[in-house]
Amino acid sequence: MLGQNEEGIKKRMEGRVLKNKIMAGLFFLATSVGLIFLVLLFYRVLTQGIGYLNWNYLTSGPAPYPEEAGIWVGMIGSIMLMAIVAIFSVIIGVASAIYLEEYASQNKFTEFIRVNISNLAGVPSIVFGLLGLTFFVYIFNFGYTLIAGGLTMALLILPVIVVASQEALRSVPIDLHQASLGMGATKWQTIARVILPAALPGILTGTIIALSRAIGETAPLIIVGAATAIYTLPDSLLAKYTAMPIQIYNWTARPQEEWQFVAGAGIIILLAVLLLMNSIAVLIRNKFQQRL
Amino acid sequence: MTKISEETQETRTGGLTSKPVVDRKDKQQKRESKNVMQVEDLNLWYGSNQALYEINMDVPEKRVTAIIGPSGCGKSTFIKTLNRMVEMVPIVKTSGSIKYRDQDIFNGNFKQEYLRTKVGMVFQSPNPFPKSVYDNVAYGPRVHGIKKKEVLDEIVEKSLKDAAIWDELKDRLDANAYGLSGGQQQRVCIARALAVEPDVILMDEPTSSLDPISTSKVEELVQELKKKYSIIIVTHNMQQAARISDKTAFFLNGELVEFAETDDLFQNPQDKRTEDYITGRFG
Repeated sequence: MLGQNEEGIKKRMEGRVLKNKIMAGLFFLATSVGLIFLVLLFYRVLTQGIGYLNWNYLTSGPAPYPEEAGIWVGMIGSIMLMAIVAIFSVIIGVASAIYLEEYASQNKFTEFIRVNISNLAGVPSIVFGLLGLTFFVYIFNFGYTLIAGGLTMALLILPVIVVASQEALRSVPIDLHQASLGMGATKWQTIARVILPAALPGILTGTIIALSRAIGETAPLIIVGAATAIYTLPDSLLAKYTAMPIQIYNWTARPQEEWQFVAGAGIIILLAVLLLMNSIAVLIRNKFQQRL
Repeated sequence: MTKISEETQETRTGGLTSKPVVDRKDKQQKRESKNVMQVEDLNLWYGSNQALYEINMDVPEKRVTAIIGPSGCGKSTFIKTLNRMVEMVPIVKTSGSIKYRDQDIFNGNFKQEYLRTKVGMVFQSPNPFPKSVYDNVAYGPRVHGIKKKEVLDEIVEKSLKDAAIWDELKDRLDANAYGLSGGQQQRVCIARALAVEPDVILMDEPTSSLDPISTSKVEELVQELKKKYSIIIVTHNMQQAARISDKTAFFLNGELVEFAETDDLFQNPQDKRTEDYITGRFG
């Protein structure tokens, strides 16, 4: 067999099989590192925060004493912020992706734009904060308001949504384009009736990832002036606001030990809201996938 | 078009190939056939690669025209040019003219959407939409603005009947087309093309991914369809071309080598290259 004796092959086989086992173990170890730290995070947050987590905590705003402080204003602020972010970033992001993938002619210039959008996705969030400060807070004169924060965050996740939507559109088989165009449909009819429905699960996945990033962002919000002590809910787009990460950050910065527990409770709520948002998005996505 | 213009056409085709090719159609001239599409001096480039050279060809009305040739000879490119689908590749350039019922399809005022309404297409592998059978067939009419349920119902039924698949699917109109067999999918795609009521149907190797039984069903269907439509079918299967077509064009390296009545082309090829190909000496 292969010009070698059976014995030699058998001997080496032991070694090869062992090597395979070692590699499997190493990969498992790599996965465990992430898992262990996740478990540690949950453990620490839960043991510290659970004591302060009660109805009162959910329904009250910031307060001078740890026992009275709550996440309500921050939570609603975050949710309103995410609504603004989702509306602006999804509409503009998907529309840009459609233009780049379906309409724009393929030349050096569009290629340049593509590369730069991908690069933008890696720009530090604090830079977007400064951009938002210049444009939305000062030039547009929105001040330190909900809409300025929302638009800044929308810009921050826009590149992620554009790139994910482009990928999703590109993965729609060319066959389907041809079938539709071949019957005399216009490009827009083809996009609206065939391409977008087929790309929707991918677009939603990208949006989920992007919004999950946005809801935990703190740095740009500090710059565009999310307040740390707001006692009432924002009543308009031009109202002052705060968000969960800002509240949590503020609490952890205080010297008294009790505030750490209040922050821990905040993190639990933040994770819960994040999980809820993701589940809703996954449900929507599955619904569309079934229709395919 | 009249016979005279066809003869001029032949002379031109003959002049471009190394041997004169004569279109002898006297015995098969069952009816005075009009041309539905006329291709004149068509050249096509993908970037700097020329894929089609000086093609001249008249496509007869209500007959089946087969296009044969080895892989990469430009036959698919050619029929995709007839409905301008080839321009989905951005680097494509063309010269020459193609007329559909005496209108120049490359003219700026001639809408691609109109051309593709009149010149429908069935593709190599079945490409139904991920929708129900009904929605697949109703897609074209809806795109063209038909909204009334009764009208759509009627079109769907008629198209499926014309595609000889109504009896198999009439109780499954709401089923997703992805769940059908390959042969059924392809006939649904044919029904979908018919629903727009085209004039010409282009078929790009429509049976290449089907089993023999489905293939023979599609072939029978083509015979039925030519009563109402002009059909151009690309095939790499010479037996298929001989079985189902009235006229056959042989393409080689981007050139139209010979275009004649199918019986003549297979029994008495005029060009050495055609003869070599159909006798299996290459390709």
